[in-house]
Amino acid sequence: MLNDELHLSYQILGDDFTRAGEASSDVKHKLKMMGISPETVRRVAIAMYEGEINMVIHADGGTIDVIISPSEVKLILKDKGPGIADIELAMQEGYSTAPDNIRSLGFGAGMGLSNMKKYTDEMDIETELGVGTTVTMTIKI
Amino acid sequence: MTVQELINKGKFKPINIGSNLDQQIAEPFCCDLLSIAMGKAPSGSAWVTVMGNINTLAVAALTDVACIILAEGVMFDDATLEKAKSQDITVFGTDEHIFDAALAIHNFLHE
Ligand SMILES: Nc1ncnc2c1ncn2[C@@H]1O[C@H](COP(=O)(O)OP(=O)(O)OP(=O)(O)O)[C@@H](O)[C@H]1O
Ligand SMILES: [Mg+2]
Repeated sequence: MLNDELHLSYQILGDDFTRAGEASSDVKHKLKMMGISPETVRRVAIAMYEGEINMVIHADGGTIDVIISPSEVKLILKDKGPGIADIELAMQEGYSTAPDNIRSLGFGAGMGLSNMKKYTDEMDIETELGVGTTVTMTIKI
Repeated sequence: MTVQELINKGKFKPINIGSNLDQQIAEPFCCDLLSIAMGKAPSGSAWVTVMGNINTLAVAALTDVACIILAEGVMFDDATLEKAKSQDITVFGTDEHIFDAALAIHNFLHE
């Protein structure tokens, strides 16, 4: 088991679908190697991927910091995208502003933020229009 | 039924064979919207879909499905096929409808 905190950092590129999900995959593998339970690893992987792909689609990329401690995994996703006008609306299942070309790839069900909420113990969104969005999620181990 | 046993049935055309040949297939799962699949796909399931792009692979890898079954004659492009190889994800193809492909999996699991 790990005793200290482990910090990981990822740069996410906007509109790059060939590499989208690689950061989440990497974290998933690292957590697996640490012997963290498959159910916890799955929750982290789902929450992080949804956040990662949202930054790719909606925010022209950003950064993800992952802090793994013996008791929890913290995910901090920061972007300089357009921000979210109405968080409550955005959180609703089925709400999506994804354009047609993105929907044709299978996105746009409007389930990403709900998945993030559902699979994490804590989730906080800070956003400012025209400045960017920071999503912080915690998953207890 | 393991992934190898599904290959042996000869029902679906192997498009990429990963190293998870001994993994048990738990159940079929049908969905074409990625964030629904992300939230709902059971690990170990055979995911039947017509959404055949690179993001399908990311969702499959993160949810630990046993394999992807591309229905309705859907095929990956070359770049996606390469990614399936490098990510070690088992993928089959079929011309059947989603329902018929999933029903076949269901029947194999209950025969
Ligand atoms: N990082 C972000 N920056 C700006 N807007 C965002 C961001 N994340 C989400 N949004 C907004 O919130 C909406 C809902 O997000 P959510 O992830 O739930 O659905 P979606 O991405 O549209 O579709 P999917 O079901 O494929 O995830 C988005 O359509 C978008 O308008
Ligand atoms: Mg989303």
